Amino acid sequence: MNTLVNFAQKGLKNVFKFHGGVHPPENKTQSTQLPIARASMPEKLVLPLRQHVGNLPKLKVSVGDKVLKGQLLAEAEGMVSAAIHAPTSGTISAIEDAMIPHPSGLPDKCITLVPDGRDEWIAHAPTDWRDADRKEVIAQLRNSGIVGFGGATFPSHVKLRTDGKSNVHTLIINAAECEPYITCDDMLMRERASEIVQGIQIAQHLLGADQAVIGIEDNKPEAAKAMQAAVIGTNIQVKVVPTLYPSGDARRLIYLLTGQEIPHDKRTTEVGLQVFNVATVLALYRYLDHGEPAISRIVSVTGNVGRPQNFEVLFGTPLHLLIQAAGGEKANTTHYIMGGPMMGFKLPSGDVPITKATNCIIASAPDLFEPPPVPMPCIRCARCADACPVNLQPQELYWFAKSDNFEKARDYQLFDCIECGACAYVCPSNIPLVQYYRYAKSEIITADRAKEAADLARQRNEFRLHRIEREKQERAAKHAERAQGAKAAETPAQGAKQDAASSPAVSEADAAKKAAIAAAIERAKAAKAAAAQAGEAPKNTEPASNAVKQEIAEIDARRKAAGLEGKQDAPSGDAKKATPEADAEKQAIIAAAIERAKAAKAAAEAAKKEKGE
Amino acid sequence: MLQAPYISSAPSVSTIMLKVLLALVPGIIAYVWVYGGGVLITIALATATALFAEAMMLRLRGRPVKPFITDYSAVITAWLLALAIPPLSPWWLIVVGTLFAIVVAKQLYGGLGYNPFNPAMVGYAVLLISFPALMTQWPAALAIAQTKLGFADQLHYIFGGLLPGDVKLDAVTSATPLDYLKTQLKLNHEVASISQAPLFGTIGGKGNEYVTAAYLLGGLYLWQQKIISWHLPIAFLGTLALMAGVFWLVNPAHFASPLFHLFCGASMLAAFFIITDPVSGPTTPNGKLYFAAGVAIITYLIRVYGGYPDGVAFAVIFMNICVPLIDAHTQPRVFGHEK
Repeated sequence: MNTLVNFAQKGLKNVFKFHGGVHPPENKTQSTQLPIARASMPEKLVLPLRQHVGNLPKLKVSVGDKVLKGQLLAEAEGMVSAAIHAPTSGTISAIEDAMIPHPSGLPDKCITLVPDGRDEWIAHAPTDWRDADRKEVIAQLRNSGIVGFGGATFPSHVKLRTDGKSNVHTLIINAAECEPYITCDDMLMRERASEIVQGIQIAQHLLGADQAVIGIEDNKPEAAKAMQAAVIGTNIQVKVVPTLYPSGDARRLIYLLTGQEIPHDKRTTEVGLQVFNVATVLALYRYLDHGEPAISRIVSVTGNVGRPQNFEVLFGTPLHLLIQAAGGEKANTTHYIMGGPMMGFKLPSGDVPITKATNCIIASAPDLFEPPPVPMPCIRCARCADACPVNLQPQELYWFAKSDNFEKARDYQLFDCIECGACAYVCPSNIPLVQYYRYAKSEIITADRAKEAADLARQRNEFRLHRIEREKQERAAKHAERAQGAKAAETPAQGAKQDAASSPAVSEADAAKKAAIAAAIERAKAAKAAAAQAGEAPKNTEPASNAVKQEIAEIDARRKAAGLEGKQDAPSGDAKKATPEADAEKQAIIAAAIERAKAAKAAAEAAKKEKGE
Repeated sequence: MLQAPYISSAPSVSTIMLKVLLALVPGIIAYVWVYGGGVLITIALATATALFAEAMMLRLRGRPVKPFITDYSAVITAWLLALAIPPLSPWWLIVVGTLFAIVVAKQLYGGLGYNPFNPAMVGYAVLLISFPALMTQWPAALAIAQTKLGFADQLHYIFGGLLPGDVKLDAVTSATPLDYLKTQLKLNHEVASISQAPLFGTIGGKGNEYVTAAYLLGGLYLWQQKIISWHLPIAFLGTLALMAGVFWLVNPAHFASPLFHLFCGASMLAAFFIITDPVSGPTTPNGKLYFAAGVAIITYLIRVYGGYPDGVAFAVIFMNICVPLIDAHTQPRVFGHEK
C-alpha cells in the first residue's frame, strides 16, 4: 500500500509492481563515497577453473609456461562453458587444487600465475562486429571469458546465440542492484556510462533486439542520470524502478519494466526478451571493440572495513589484498560475506581469490549482522507470504519441507522459489526458511534422479527378460526348421520328380528360406554368445565361428556403450572397459533396483495393513 | 545465522504478542469502567493459571520453558478468555477454563504454532457447556444495576461466593441484550419496543457498547501496526452487517439492526482479537475472507436461532476445522503460473 503511494508521489509511471518484496536498509552510501580504484598487482593470482555456470574449461597451458596478459589459459569446453584468461603477464607456477570462494569450503582446481610485473598485453584483436557475420562474432565470444557479472556467471555467448525459434525484440539491462551494500554496478554506471551504452548496442545488434530498456532502482539517482545522459541519441530507454528487493531478479525486473509475467516453464527469450547485467554488456564492448577478454571486474568492498570502496580487481587477486586496499578490516571482524546480506554466503576464509562471481565483499561483525535469536515455531502469521515476490506460500512450503512432504512442496511450486530470502527476512520466528527450501529441493532432485535410474534399470531388466523370451522362441523356430530341413533332404528325388516345371521357383524359395534360417541361426548364436559373455551362459552353446565372434564383439561394444550412457561422468571413449566389470556393475544396479522395488512394495503393504487395522 | 539472509526486519513473536496485549488495554479500561474492577481479578487469575499451566506442560513435554513463557501467547489466551466469560463468576471457573485452554487445546497439540483450535474459544466452549448457568450470569452494567458492587464486594464474591448483606444475585445481574432480545421476541414483542428497555444503549448493550468501541480502537491499532491484516476484521464485520442487514430489511420488527449486531456481544473482540489468531486461522488472503465470513454467518445464526447467548466461540471452533480445506483451496496464483 505504502509502496503504491510512493509510486504515485515519485511519479514513477509505467512501472508494474510485483507482489511482495522487502526494503531492507540499503547501506550503499558507505561504498559510493570514493571513485572506483584499481587494486594493486598481487604477488600471485589464483584462477579457479570453475568461475562460471557450466562445464569446466579445458586447460591450454601447463606449469612453467610464460603467458601474456589476456592470453587464453583455458578454453570453453562444450555448449555451456567459459574461457579463462591471464589477468596479467607472468609465469604459470602451479595448476592444483586450492581454496575457492564457495560456501562448501572445498578446494577446486586453480591455475596459479606469478606476475612478471610487465603487465604485457597480447596483441589486441578488436572485432568489426557491425559488419562481421553475427554468428561468427558470437562464436568468437566463446573465447571472451565473459559471463553474467551480476553474479549468476552464466556464459554470455550462450545467451547471445539465437536458436532461430526465439525472436528477441527487447534487451533488458539489469542495473537494479537491489541487494543492500552492493554498489559495483552503481559506480560502474556513474563512471562508464558511455561504454555501457556501446555494450548495450553490441548486445542489441547481436540479438537483433530493436529495443533496450535499462532498469535502475531509484536509490541510484546519479547512476540513472549518467545513463540517461549517455543514451541520448540512441533507442535505449532508462527506466527508474522503485527500490524494492528483489527487483534485480530477472523475472521480477521484466515484470517491473514491461508488465510481462514470464510463464514459469518458459525462458525469457521465448517471449522475445533477454536480460544482461550492465557490467556484462560493458565487458562485451571491451572485448569486441578493444580485444580485451574478461580479466577483471568491479568489486564492492564494504562493511566492517576502514574505507569502503569499489575496486577494479583482476580475477585471482587474493581477498585479503583487497581488504587491505579498503583500509583493512576493523578489529571485531569475524568473517567475510561474498555477495549481499540477503543472498550472499560466508566465505570459508580470507584466503580466497576474487572470481567472476565476486560482486561484493562484506567484512562481517556481530554489530553489523546480529546473530539471530533461536528460531521459534511458525505461528502462521503469513508475513512471509506477503513478502514473497513469487507469490508463493512460504509458510506452507516450510511445513511441507519440515515434514519431508516433498510431493506437496512440489505441488505448491517449490521450484519457483528464487531463494531471495525475503521470507526469512520478515519471519518473526527467525526460521531459516531458505535453508528448508534448499533442503527440500535437493531431496526432490535426488529422489528424481534415483527414480530415473531405477526406471532405467527396470527398463533394462524388462528388455532382458524380453530378449530371453525371444531367444527361446528363436531356438524353437530353429529346431523346427532343422527338423523340416531333414525331412526335405530325405525326399529330394521325389520332390524333383513331382513337379519338374516349378522346380526353379521351388529351389529359389528354398534357398531364400535357407538363407533366412541361416541368418536366424547366426542371430541366435550371436545373442546366445552375448548372453554368455554377460555371465548368464546358456547351456548347449556351440563353438562360434570367426564371423560370429566378430559380431559378438560388436554387440558387446554396443551394449557397453548403452550401459555407460546413463552415467554422466564416463567419457564415451571409455566404452572399452573390461566387460565383466561393466556387466557386474549393471547387474548390481539392477539388483539394487529390484531390492528397492521389493522394499517399496513391502513398505506399501505394511502401510496398507496399518491403514486397514 | 549461518546462512543468508544475514539481516532481519521482523518484530519477534514476543513483540507481536505484547502489542496484542497492549491493544486489549483500552477495552479492559472500558470494561472496568462499565462493570467494575472485578474483571481485573479474573484477568489476573487467568494469567497466573495460564503461565503456570504453560510452564508445567513445557516441562512435562521436555521443552525449553523460558522462550515459550516469554512469547506471551499464553497470556493472550488468558486475557481473551477472561474477557469472554462473565466477570462475576467464582474464581475456579476461569481457572478451569484457562487450564483446559492451555493444557488441552494448546500444549497437548504441540504448543505454540501447532494448535488447530483457538485455545481461548475452546476454553470458553468447555465452560459454556459444563457450567451453562454460571456462564450466562452476566452482571448488569453498573449504570443500570439495582445494586452497585464495589471492587472489594466483587473480590469477595469471586473468591467467597458471597454478596454483601441482603443483596440478591438478581440485583447485580441481568440478561444480556442479545438474550433479552431473543426471549422477548419469542413473546411476540417487536424489536423497537424491546430495545426501549434500560438494558439497551444507543447502539449496543448499555455500557457494553463502550467496551466494544474500545476493542475496535485496539483493533485499529493492531492493523496500523501491521500485526493483523484488514481481511479478517473487514470480512467478519462486513458479513455480519450484511447478514443482519438483509434480515433486518426484510422484517425490522423481528430482527435487530446491523449496527446492534456489530456493537453487541463479542463482535468486536472476535473481529480483531479472536479470529485474528494466526495459528488456528487461515493464511491466504482469500482464505481469510472466507474464514471470517463463515464465522460471521454462524455467529449470526446462533445468535438469532440458536440456544446460546452468543455464537462466536462455536463459530470460530467450527471454522478452525475448515482451515486446512480453506487454505488448500485458496492458494493464490503463483507468479508465472496460470490460475
